[in-house]
Amino acid sequence: MPESAISFVQEPVTPTITIEAGRGWAGLDLRDLWLHRDLFSLLIWRDVKVRYKQTVLGAAWAILQPFLTMVVFTLFFGKLAKVPSDGIPYPIFAYAGLLPWMFFSNAITASSNSLVGNASLITKVYFPRMVIPGAAVGAGLVDLAIAALILVAMMAYYGFGLGWSALMLIPLVPLTALLALGVGMWMSGLNVKYRDVRYALPFCVQLWMYATPIIYPISFIPERWRWILVLNPLTGIIDGYRSALFSRPFHWWELIVSAILTLLFLVYAAYSFKQMERDFADII
Amino acid sequence: MHPIIKVENLGKRYQIGLRQPYRTLRESVIETVAAPVRGIAALLSRNGDEKRDRQNPHVWALRDLSFEVAPGEVLGIIGRNGSGKSTLLKILSRITEPTTGRVELYGRVGSLLEVGTGFHPELTGRENIYLSGAILGMRRAEIARKFDEMVAFAEIEQFVDTPVKRYSSGMYVRLAFAVAAHLESQIILVDEVLAVGDAAFQKRCLAKIGEVVREGRTVLFVSHNMASIEALCESCLLIRQGRLEDKGEPGKIIERYMAAEAGQGSGERSLIDHPGRRRDSIPMMTSVALFSDSRQPISGLRMGSPLSVRVSFSSPEPLRPIIGVNIRTAQGAPVFGVSNRWTHQGFDGPVLRSATISCDFKSLPLMPGTYIVDLGFGDFGDISRELDVVFEAIAFEVFPTDVYGTGRLPRHTDGPVFWDANWIVSTRDAVD
Repeated sequence: MPESAISFVQEPVTPTITIEAGRGWAGLDLRDLWLHRDLFSLLIWRDVKVRYKQTVLGAAWAILQPFLTMVVFTLFFGKLAKVPSDGIPYPIFAYAGLLPWMFFSNAITASSNSLVGNASLITKVYFPRMVIPGAAVGAGLVDLAIAALILVAMMAYYGFGLGWSALMLIPLVPLTALLALGVGMWMSGLNVKYRDVRYALPFCVQLWMYATPIIYPISFIPERWRWILVLNPLTGIIDGYRSALFSRPFHWWELIVSAILTLLFLVYAAYSFKQMERDFADII
Repeated sequence: MHPIIKVENLGKRYQIGLRQPYRTLRESVIETVAAPVRGIAALLSRNGDEKRDRQNPHVWALRDLSFEVAPGEVLGIIGRNGSGKSTLLKILSRITEPTTGRVELYGRVGSLLEVGTGFHPELTGRENIYLSGAILGMRRAEIARKFDEMVAFAEIEQFVDTPVKRYSSGMYVRLAFAVAAHLESQIILVDEVLAVGDAAFQKRCLAKIGEVVREGRTVLFVSHNMASIEALCESCLLIRQGRLEDKGEPGKIIERYMAAEAGQGSGERSLIDHPGRRRDSIPMMTSVALFSDSRQPISGLRMGSPLSVRVSFSSPEPLRPIIGVNIRTAQGAPVFGVSNRWTHQGFDGPVLRSATISCDFKSLPLMPGTYIVDLGFGDFGDISRELDVVFEAIAFEVFPTDVYGTGRLPRHTDGPVFWDANWIVSTRDAVD
């Protein structure tokens, strides 16, 4: 047809964005997430910057919380209850477990409340909502880094040197963060609709701590019940931290189960979040 | 030309009744105790959602909305509160999802639904510029490039490193708008942001939007300020109860909207048995009707429009009628009065038993608001007294219009009347 020859302007044929009912956002749009990476880092930076404003001790809180908890645990569980610690001095045994646990529990708590806390953003502007619970977990990593300084000091004090196995921290820390992201993202979405989450969570977090080998070693649990402990993805992770720090042999099987469970749950959480996301602006 | 925004059969349904109305303390306590039981029961029953759907009525905030916007078009969206304007903007900016239909956007969308989205009071102006910019969808490099421009626009140079919680509300709003105004998107959605800030800043916001418009970007503009809609927009959508009522040239659409808004009063009133009739009156005036440009009586008109007050009378004795029309504000303050008694029109005209007398104003210089019309009726044969007086015979509404072509209007406190003036500035003392 000769008509097309007259057209000089290249008209856009495919829309940049299509908005449709029930569809369109269902798929996890990784490209969209990537486009908002600056927002992600800025939100982490905001959370870190704002967190200790108007506090006297400031970022020292990031150290004080796990440190004082370690002191209390050492007194009650190490000295009084005589919980074994695989031959490692109890204070550093407990701290090595508390460090990732504190990161994890703070991250899921902050993440669960993040959407509700940022309601004004959600009702006023579009961006991939996952950025919000994600940034809350990211901000926790900063606290983890600060609290790790104490661990370094304690290890020097107790005469532990870092071995090659410490390299395992490189996949372990991201794995912890991914598990926190999965749990936090899922809870944050539920929290929008059911504010019950806010009340249930602190309770669950406490239970979860006792169900994880933090104040006791895996070997403390009788062999035939150990598989239950391993179903908790944090078990392999926390145990992995200790193996990495104290140059002990890794329980590979447990670690692999943890990694698989973490990834499976992360996929489920992302899917579920995408489903819940549609109603956020309307019901938050 | 290919449209930049294409909206097809868009609909948005909200559930109503999910939130309980405020009740007494006793009811609240009972509700609090009963809620978990019912909540769990609803969760357990598989079709809990469906059941709730049936119990709770829906409301369609938008229904079957279809329209297209051409690139570079500046589209105003008007409609009453709750008509669905904001829902439309929320769908277009992807904050909420439509229930039906689809939207195609051929370009990046920037939305300004609120000034200061994502501002954190503890952070400094500089930090908030980056944060808010990123939230609105800007890349960090893009913000850095425009940083100085934004600071200059907001006039906060000395306070860039002060936490915004120490800002005055004016500074806060200026900074927030500055960030949003520098969005580089092909499509910009604006919702009422101009209702903030002092007069001088509002003017600059309008100027900035005008600049955006001249750059050829597409703007969707929701406002209750008809004067700014008329000044900025090339076309206009009228939404009523979630449906598209009309699209066209802003002046016409605004007029239609205003007429419909004022349609509650019909612009016509019988004066027989009118409650405002003065006691000693002989009931002679039978009806009054208001007209503007159209043939239909109206109860509202735009600033500067013509107005005809038509009064019908019927008298037992033939007479030469005198009509007085007094205009008062809704608060009752007199604005002005006219009467053919003073102008002597009809002084030596025909003697009549009944007729309709039309009192025409070429252009009514009234500011927006509600006005009351008092009517008086007399006979040139006996000008010592009025035969029939009806107070508050009829009321009408005046709607804002861009009478000066600037998008600006005098303040209400300046008085109920606007006037044209010619301005001459002496150049003799000019500095250069």
